[in-house]
Amino acid sequence: MFWQVTLSILKGCGEAAELFFLTLLFSLPLGLVISFGSMSKWTPFRKLYGRQNRFLHGLARIRPISTITNTVVWIIRGTPLMLQLIIVFYGPGMWFDANPWNLFADGRMFACVLTFVVNYACYFSVIFRGGIEGVPVGQREAGQVLGMTKTQIFFKVTLLQMIKQVVPPMSNEIITLVKDTSLARIIAITEIIKAGESFMKSDGITWPLFYTAVFYLAFVGALTLLFGWIERKMDYFR
Amino acid sequence: MAILEVRNIEKHFGATRVLEDISFELERGQALAIIGSSGSGKTTLLRCLNFLETPDQGSISVEGSVIFDAADPATQKESELRKKRLHFGMVFQSFNLFPQYTALENVTLAVKLLAKERQDYKQNKNRILAEIEDEGKALLERMGLSDRADHYPHQLSGGQQQRVAIARALALHPDILCFDEPTSALDPELTGEVLKVIRSLADQKTTMIIVTHEMAFARDVADQVIFMDGGVIVEQGPAKEVIDNPKQERTRQFLSRYAEN
Repeated sequence: MFWQVTLSILKGCGEAAELFFLTLLFSLPLGLVISFGSMSKWTPFRKLYGRQNRFLHGLARIRPISTITNTVVWIIRGTPLMLQLIIVFYGPGMWFDANPWNLFADGRMFACVLTFVVNYACYFSVIFRGGIEGVPVGQREAGQVLGMTKTQIFFKVTLLQMIKQVVPPMSNEIITLVKDTSLARIIAITEIIKAGESFMKSDGITWPLFYTAVFYLAFVGALTLLFGWIERKMDYFR
Repeated sequence: MAILEVRNIEKHFGATRVLEDISFELERGQALAIIGSSGSGKTTLLRCLNFLETPDQGSISVEGSVIFDAADPATQKESELRKKRLHFGMVFQSFNLFPQYTALENVTLAVKLLAKERQDYKQNKNRILAEIEDEGKALLERMGLSDRADHYPHQLSGGQQQRVAIARALALHPDILCFDEPTSALDPELTGEVLKVIRSLADQKTTMIIVTHEMAFARDVADQVIFMDGGVIVEQGPAKEVIDNPKQERTRQFLSRYAEN
């Protein structure tokens, strides 16, 4: 029985790991893009500045890109991930009578990864923004007076300093992601909890449910070691 | 002909006017000290020369060619600004060394990136990079830091960091080297080593603009002095003349406060 349960939970771990790694793979770069969006200072209507008409004058200050991204981040961070999963997976079928997820081989997982990616990218974007803004202005200015391009300044000067700053908050968020994979069961993905819980119905035993904690702990333990190693790797500068 | 000609520079931050009608010239090989109390616009002026701030009015010419004119948008293109900045080197009050690079890497980073734009970079890559490394090492040696080339900034004292920053600025061979209060962030016992380096640069006829609170140093090292107050140039002239015999009342007041301390 023990091995049967372990094997079943390990299968759940496979689903959870797939969700975890795919989410990280796509949400890290997307989060960086969103963080740039939220910092955008682009004001397409700035020529209207100083107009008599108060509406036009106000329009001049609007930064559409940062306004839109900040609104999206607010909506995504302001609603439960579980609700977002339900809306994304069941919404199209319920309201539009069409289920696009059937088009994919593993539609449930696809919808789940998509939702997780967008959700986590929004959280990451805020951490990235903090990291970028946490690099002193003098660093960018030093790059500028040395004739470096904006791209060179970002990749050669800012990026590593930003990464160093974001590792602790990112490790928090990534550890949360491990446990958030359990939300996938709401759209019937057999992740770790669902795999453990299923033995209550089939065999009337509860210990497999609590046994799942061991797997989360092992996963998070490995991640903790990894983050500790990364932090030590970047100890060489301050 | 003057290497630098600044004409009628004016700069506002919102409604506050920080620079008003600033004009001066600088000859090749001369050192210019800008003195004045905090908030008088010295640093802003230096930042305008490096295009870290854009002047609202006025023009800047280097060796007779206009590199910036507030009235002519053609001189303000972002793409050309980067190249124009290279006329000026900048040493910051807070050093601003890149913490993730060693002293030598700090000195060579920008030079290596610029070398990539050279036409012959691909064919002679190894030779070019080796030359840059050698030059970087030579610069650090000139700063008395040859044994610190592989140290990271946080392993260096403030005075050493500032000397690395000077080497970094020199590595790009700027026409004019600017110093923004280079010793203000240093302990008094570390000030001397940085001033010594700047003094030796002056002896080698490096064209320099130094914003400083070290009056004795300005008097000894600079050829010209500009005294600024409230965003305007109150007095300018040969260093010893301005500091020993100021003509303006405001300059006298400012200098006497220094004499008291």
